[in-house]
Amino acid sequence: MSSVLAPLLAVGIDDWWVQTVLRVVVGLVALLLPAGTLVYLFLFKMMSFMQSRLGPMEAGPYGSLQLLAEVGKWLQKEDIFPAKADKYVFALAPFVVLISTFLLVLVLPGGPDAYFVNLDVGIYFALAVSSISVIGILMAGWASASKYALMGGIRAAGQLIAYELPLVLAVLGVVIQAESLNMNTIVARQAEWEIFGIGAFGMPFIVTQFLGFAIFMVAIQAELTQPPFDMPVAESEIVTGYLTEYSGIRFLLFFIGEFATAGVFSAIGAVLFLGGWWVPFIDPTNNLFNVIGPLVLAGKMILLAFFIFWFRVTFPRFREDQLQRLAWKVLVPLALLNIFVTGILKVVF
Amino acid sequence: MTDTLDPRTGGPTGPRPIIESTVSSQEQMRYIGQQAADARLNVEIETEGMTLNMGPQHPATHGTLRLVAKLDGEQVVSAEPIMGYMHRGYEKLTEVRTYPQVTTLVNRIDWLGSFANEVPFILAAEQLMEIEAPPRAKWIRTILFELSRISNIALFLGDMGVQLGAVTPVFLAFRDREFVLNQVEAVTGGRFHPNFDRIGGIKDDLPAGWIEETKAVMVKMRAFCDELETLLMGNEIFQARCRGIGVIPPAVAQEYGLSGANLRASGVDWDMRRDNNYGMAYDECDWKVWTHPDGDSYARYWVRLQETREATHIVDQLLDSMPSGPIMAKVPRIIKVPAGEAYVATENPLGAMGYYIVSQGELTPFRVKIRSASFSNMSVSPWVLKGVFVPDIITILASLYFILGDIDR
Amino acid sequence: MPQIPGMIKGLGVTAKIFLQTVFPVRGWKTIIPAPSIGAHTVQYPREKEAPPTRARGVIALHEENCTACMLCARECPDWCIYIEGHKELAPPRRAGGKPRQKNKLDRFDIDFALCMYCGICVEVCPFEALFWSPEYEFSEPRIADLLHDKARLADWMETVPAFTEYEAGAEQKVKKVPEIEAS
Repeated sequence: MSSVLAPLLAVGIDDWWVQTVLRVVVGLVALLLPAGTLVYLFLFKMMSFMQSRLGPMEAGPYGSLQLLAEVGKWLQKEDIFPAKADKYVFALAPFVVLISTFLLVLVLPGGPDAYFVNLDVGIYFALAVSSISVIGILMAGWASASKYALMGGIRAAGQLIAYELPLVLAVLGVVIQAESLNMNTIVARQAEWEIFGIGAFGMPFIVTQFLGFAIFMVAIQAELTQPPFDMPVAESEIVTGYLTEYSGIRFLLFFIGEFATAGVFSAIGAVLFLGGWWVPFIDPTNNLFNVIGPLVLAGKMILLAFFIFWFRVTFPRFREDQLQRLAWKVLVPLALLNIFVTGILKVVF
Repeated sequence: MTDTLDPRTGGPTGPRPIIESTVSSQEQMRYIGQQAADARLNVEIETEGMTLNMGPQHPATHGTLRLVAKLDGEQVVSAEPIMGYMHRGYEKLTEVRTYPQVTTLVNRIDWLGSFANEVPFILAAEQLMEIEAPPRAKWIRTILFELSRISNIALFLGDMGVQLGAVTPVFLAFRDREFVLNQVEAVTGGRFHPNFDRIGGIKDDLPAGWIEETKAVMVKMRAFCDELETLLMGNEIFQARCRGIGVIPPAVAQEYGLSGANLRASGVDWDMRRDNNYGMAYDECDWKVWTHPDGDSYARYWVRLQETREATHIVDQLLDSMPSGPIMAKVPRIIKVPAGEAYVATENPLGAMGYYIVSQGELTPFRVKIRSASFSNMSVSPWVLKGVFVPDIITILASLYFILGDIDR
Repeated sequence: MPQIPGMIKGLGVTAKIFLQTVFPVRGWKTIIPAPSIGAHTVQYPREKEAPPTRARGVIALHEENCTACMLCARECPDWCIYIEGHKELAPPRRAGGKPRQKNKLDRFDIDFALCMYCGICVEVCPFEALFWSPEYEFSEPRIADLLHDKARLADWMETVPAFTEYEAGAEQKVKKVPEIEAS
């Protein structure tokens, strides 16, 4: 890293500034590239194949540039503000959602030394920051001054807050088992785990935390407002819920935000449950991981995102009260049970 | 105990006296609860609900239906459908069209099961002319009628999924419906508007190889029904959304004039194909009428799924037993229907559709009254939508299944 | 054996459709993904499905048979056929006979922007001068160009397919499409 920066340092630019700009740029790439990949692979192609059709095929080879075409299309649309809308809140809402996602990207580890920031409270920071997007959605729903948007915003508030709790509790099981909140330490612990004394190939936490994993997957499906939990954007009832009055680039930002968040949450799930950037049989401190680590993480992220979109295509949506009942009466007790059992087993063994 | 009054507030000054309560804490809680409930009731009466206009342009209404719902939070207080945004003046148009021209026009009333619209009109005209179609024509008429039922209801099966949020079944429905439409096109020349029924028979005979192809298509449609049963009907979320939602008791259903699968899903054993078989070949094959006792949205979906399967069996049997012979009875070149009145209703895919023709012996009918199924099916919506949640409005409307062309004509 | 919940079976259905679409080829080529073959999408305009023989695409006119009797123009529900004709004297069939009166077509236009494609005109024509052709790609940028005149309608005769055989048991006779003479 320092050899690359040497010419810049020689000019006199502060090391801190270089690092920060690099982090922001790479962070944006890490945000947008998975979003684009997920949109193409899963939304355009996998969903189409599951419906026995081909999806976009004209823009680029096999439709791979369709997202670029869509970006171009949305950029040149008129930016409409409803007459009664609260201008500043309406304009700011998509940026709030995106900022929350961008902050989430910063805690993802790409390798033992390839990280943006190495926070000791990594996963705690991630969960806290992901709640900011709820504010963005509420801002969008309220400021749109439209009945459909208001209904969508209020449904979203209820749903997202309800499913924060199972998410946090499911992650807590992993934290107890890994004895750390630091994301890199969690991966390292999965690599070093010894099953019955054999430590050669470690153990991803999905094996012991299967209940936590299931609750995590359900909770992120709800946090992303994907079917079966897409009441806030229930297309056939309230047009697009809190997004109804958005057009042009702001709609594009929400859209990208949705898929970027899907990618980031899948990546967090991969780090917590599947071992992140680590591959079995290779020593986790190996420098090789700094190069292939991000690719391994991306692969595991795509695997988890596959499940998210598979559920999206197959299931109808829950009604709002059924959704809440599922969160409070089923997921939270199960997550508490998971923590209870994990805690006992941790102390006993 | 009297205290001196505070000049600022007008209330007592000094420390307040402590009064021992003789009421138990439980009774206190109950009393407080009652007070709060009364306060809430008073507040509820005074607040305005939100009026949600699911306007003519809306993804959920299949076409230009306007539903004005007064909401209290997410619950409906009253709902009123406003129809007529697609009125095309069919009954007036028929007064200046000859009988073959009217046959072409009425294809467009229920555009998904379009052959089914022609049949009651032709049967009513045949009744006035006292002509009976030859057996082969009856067979082919019935087969095409059931094919239109299959294509119409297959779309419903997918469409109800998409109203509830499952995006896949509708694509499967469109994919498999294409096979049925290809068969209709191979016989009549038109996928959506066949214009094939004629007074005294049908227009042309079947092309070679059609019977075998149609049997293969029926196998595919049965596979489609099985696929949807697993994908959608067996899904717990679908059942949680549909069971117990929009229950219509049989008495209410009959009062409001519901017909077709909606009536059968409320437990009423009523099918005009079996009871009022005029001019069709339903008594030549072995088939069953499906009813369901529940009367909720799930029942309506279930009945229509079984009906689709039953329709494939009817088509198979009729294809096997097809008689040979002419397809047109002896009718004059220029058709002038003798004076009189006739009403014939058939069991269309959407319900009971009937044509009341008043003829004065001219080339054109004097007056045609079209009784369409969806118009009567929609009349129950204010009753059934009272007190349901907003997502349930969509479920109920989707399960009642109307087509705007059929409501508005 | 506990019952598999319906949701899992539903996932099985979408997975099955996915595999059918992506790996449709049977035999050793199965592992190569080929969604273009497996999906039911027909990529128009590169691939085109052939419509059936009886498909009602466009109407063709065989002018020789037409006697300008006006039946088609009368029966059309949209009144989209415009016919003008005049009477002409044709030479007698045998020497010493009377000259025959023939109707000659001046103008025979069908406005396909109004046409309902119902087929009543083709059906009522007593001289079999009108035929259906399955051609459907004749859209125009200007709506006025959708009025096909006599020459264009005669051009469509080349695309009229021969009538197909009927199913067993039919009493109809298969009609013949007239041959187009070299002009």
